[in-house]
Amino acid sequence: MNWQALVPLIGVILIIFGTGVWAGKYIKSSNTFMQDYFLGGRSLGGFVLAMTMTATYGSASSFIGGPGTAYTEGLGWVLLAMTQVSTGYFVLMVLGKKFAIVTRKYNALTMVDFLKERYKSKWVVLISAFSIIIFLFSAMAAQWIGGARLIESLIGIPYTTALFIFAVLVLIYVVIGGFRAVALTDSIQGSIMFVGTLVLLIATIIAGGGISNIVSDLSAENPNLITPYGAEGTLTPAFVSSFWILVGVGVVALPQITVRAMSYKDSRSMHRAIIIGTIVVGVIMLNMHLIGVFARPILPGIEVGDKVMPLIALEVLPNWLAGIVLAAPMAAIMSTVDSLLLLVSSSIVKDVYLNYVEPKASHQRVKGLSIGVTAVLGVIVFLMALNPPDLIIWLNLFAFGGLEAAFIWPIVMGLYWQKGNKYGALASMITGVGLYILSDSFFPQPFGLHSVVMPVVVSFFAYVFVSLGTQEKVVGQKT
Amino acid sequence: MQEENTAKSDPRYKTANREALIGVGLVVFNFIWWFAFAYGLGGKDPSEYTYVFGLPAWFFYSCVLGFVVMAVLVIIAVKKWFVEVPFDEEGEE
Repeated sequence: MNWQALVPLIGVILIIFGTGVWAGKYIKSSNTFMQDYFLGGRSLGGFVLAMTMTATYGSASSFIGGPGTAYTEGLGWVLLAMTQVSTGYFVLMVLGKKFAIVTRKYNALTMVDFLKERYKSKWVVLISAFSIIIFLFSAMAAQWIGGARLIESLIGIPYTTALFIFAVLVLIYVVIGGFRAVALTDSIQGSIMFVGTLVLLIATIIAGGGISNIVSDLSAENPNLITPYGAEGTLTPAFVSSFWILVGVGVVALPQITVRAMSYKDSRSMHRAIIIGTIVVGVIMLNMHLIGVFARPILPGIEVGDKVMPLIALEVLPNWLAGIVLAAPMAAIMSTVDSLLLLVSSSIVKDVYLNYVEPKASHQRVKGLSIGVTAVLGVIVFLMALNPPDLIIWLNLFAFGGLEAAFIWPIVMGLYWQKGNKYGALASMITGVGLYILSDSFFPQPFGLHSVVMPVVVSFFAYVFVSLGTQEKVVGQKT
Repeated sequence: MQEENTAKSDPRYKTANREALIGVGLVVFNFIWWFAFAYGLGGKDPSEYTYVFGLPAWFFYSCVLGFVVMAVLVIIAVKKWFVEVPFDEEGEE
């Protein structure tokens, strides 16, 4: 038990908690519960917006799994991780103003609301809602495992106990606060991540005796560690480049990101968010993964990659500081989990229940149901995370790919291409998800590319051809 | 619903479309920079690597400098070309 590290960590978590509860007060006095609970009343400013996107996106995979893999693979994995810098500007620029304007026009609160208004199709809505529920579930489980691992290696308690503590923490503050709580706490968490990774990187470099020293230690151990090709030479340019689709541009289609692109207050906030977001994402990604690589000469022989971050922090920093810095990955994980939880519950309550089960449900009922569903979901994910795999990153990336394959074209083409219609959207979602699951299970790297690339490409053609082929049908229906 | 989404019906969409294209352009540039330095300089045998600030040159130019360049470009693009438009409709809210 490491009290010196634990006390600051608990302190940070308490601050986050306080913010959540404070934000929860808005919800109680609110007349527009749905808008507030799920979207924070569309009032996010630039800084909060940038931070909430970063914190949501910079999840357990990048904080715990990512550095762990970088530790194993060397600089090649940092190269791969840097494909994520584009998310900082790309998502907001591409969805940008159009998405903000259109979702306000449609009065949409979730990504599925947008799809519903754009395509007017029950099946588009149902398939979307179920994709969100299924894929985000696996993403959530990954996050919870990361959170529990962190507590486990920090305090030295058994995994199950750690998971339990983590689950209780997250659930309480999501349930009370809703989206505003999530966005506000994300800002605190994003700031901690930003500063935390910087401090830890500097301390790691000092502990390793300077960058040159660390790099020559790495190349003495295995020259491949300092090439772009990975420790075993397995990271081919084609494979690494395909991460531009998976974690770079494809992020446009992740519901947890798009929902944030509906929540900004005005153009100015959006502009500021683009700039702040790019810098913050870049710094965090670069630092974190470099820490993973640089940790190798300092702490050789770590077997579970997920434990690299906590161990290196405890090694190179004074205990109290390690506690504060470790609040960063903790923050990252919590902020990802909370937004995923909120999304899955909004999908169930809003997209499925309110649309198709009971459209006339009372205000009070919706409120109770939203909170209840969120809590129940939390418990289910907890059970799923009880028996975790070693490297959580794959589980998480699986979910990313699935969502991207499903939504990228219905969203992007839906915004920018007039001729796109519901048949195109359906065809694109079905081929995207279907191919992705097939490809991921049976031939994981077709043509040396990541399994997300092919479904994304094929579903584009499916969208375009089916939309064009059914033009008359849609026109006929309209009259 | 089809006509609702065209640039004619709403001049704000023209701005939005242009800015989306800027985003695409930046990503393409970002990718080329990242790829060219990483595999152009990193493709050699590690014993022939040169170093910048202790980091292998390919890594420095591709990941460190590449990030700085992108951040600067993004700032310039937003400040110079992005136009502020209202999101809410006139008369509403």
